[in-house]
Amino acid sequence: MVLLREVLSLIQKDLVLEWRQKYAFNGMLLYVSSTVFVCYLSFGLRSNVLTVPVWNAVLWIILLFTSVNAIAKSFMQENRGRLLYFYSIVSPQGVILAKIMYNALLMLVLALICFVFYAFVLGNPVQDVPMFLLSILLGAIGFSTSLTMISGIASKAANSSTLMAVLSFPVIVPMLLMLIKMSKNALDGLDRSLSLDELLTLLAINMIVVTVSYILFPYLWRS
Amino acid sequence: MKKNWWKVLAVLLLIFTVVAGMLTEVPRLAILNETIRNLYFHVPMWFGMTLILLISVIYSIKYLRNPTVRNDVVAYESAKVGILFGVLGIVTGMEWAKFTWGEYWSNDPKQNAAAIGLLIYFAYLVLRSSFAEQQQRARISAVYNIFAFAALIPLLFILPRLTDSLHPGNGGNPGFNSYDLDNRLRVVFYPAVLGWTLLGIWIINVKSRLELLRQRLYETV
Repeated sequence: MVLLREVLSLIQKDLVLEWRQKYAFNGMLLYVSSTVFVCYLSFGLRSNVLTVPVWNAVLWIILLFTSVNAIAKSFMQENRGRLLYFYSIVSPQGVILAKIMYNALLMLVLALICFVFYAFVLGNPVQDVPMFLLSILLGAIGFSTSLTMISGIASKAANSSTLMAVLSFPVIVPMLLMLIKMSKNALDGLDRSLSLDELLTLLAINMIVVTVSYILFPYLWRS
Repeated sequence: MKKNWWKVLAVLLLIFTVVAGMLTEVPRLAILNETIRNLYFHVPMWFGMTLILLISVIYSIKYLRNPTVRNDVVAYESAKVGILFGVLGIVTGMEWAKFTWGEYWSNDPKQNAAAIGLLIYFAYLVLRSSFAEQQQRARISAVYNIFAFAALIPLLFILPRLTDSLHPGNGGNPGFNSYDLDNRLRVVFYPAVLGWTLLGIWIINVKSRLELLRQRLYETV
């Protein structure tokens, strides 16, 4: 119960901070829209180049880079004094859970905006939209769970932004493969039962990652 | 000598593997032909890698519970030996694939998963090298090691089973188990797995002792 209250107040603090500064969010919004626009310009010259698999792959690559950039900030923006302050008043489990949830929320909003803008600019071949949105939801949660922990690890090192990319890509690739397959099924409007395997695996991977983060974060936090 | 019996066992088992693996009768199968002998060299690499990485994770957990230099060194050396086994596994697999599938790399899910798995551990090495302070390096790389292993399990054991693959044991291709009736393979295969794994543990043993001595030397100098 105490943990829940801690998590909620930490999320609230992150949201308020974000709302007042609007720095990260606007930055990421601009990042998303310029990437999508670059894609539009590079594909738009010959619009028949963009087949459905390519459409799907490019969307997920944009989402991947967006989330790496957005989530990398989650620990780097906290200065040393504030971290020490948290250390004295809340439990590390509360911090990591709050960060994961906040990042999932942030990623969900960014991913939805990205999808809408992308579909608007490059056309929308999705046949099963609810299923596709479900895969985006799972993607947002999955990216935020694994990347939050990675950004915690990377923020301790000297050259954290390079390290963030190096550490996160191998860990996230299995998830990305599942997501691409699931969203491809949704794009083609295949029967939903076909995606059940991917869906369950994604949920299982998320569970593993959250549990491991929950257990390991106290050790990371102590330094 | 009493403590070193397993090293003798490792040498004997590996001699047996190489000699018997090259000379004994194997099932005659189309396409595979003599390349079936790769079972004694390629497959034990993955068994060995998984086991050795498990050792590395166990020592990382031990480090977090009880931070000693020894636990950190063993975890690091095991991760390196695990990477060595993984690279050898990929190389032997590619060589085999050239003769049976016609390409060194045919974008097969299992090959890709193996490559990603290795990338995870290369990232571990990069992470380690980016810290100057010993204790911080040990703790944070231990955290990443455990995290990476948790990410590796679905990659190696769940995802390949969801997709079709050319690899034996997937997508209707006969795997090792379908040779159940043929015990000739098993006679060499199990000693091979044990022998290669023992060799890996031996390398870890020697390398971590060397590393510990080196650190003690630097401390005293």
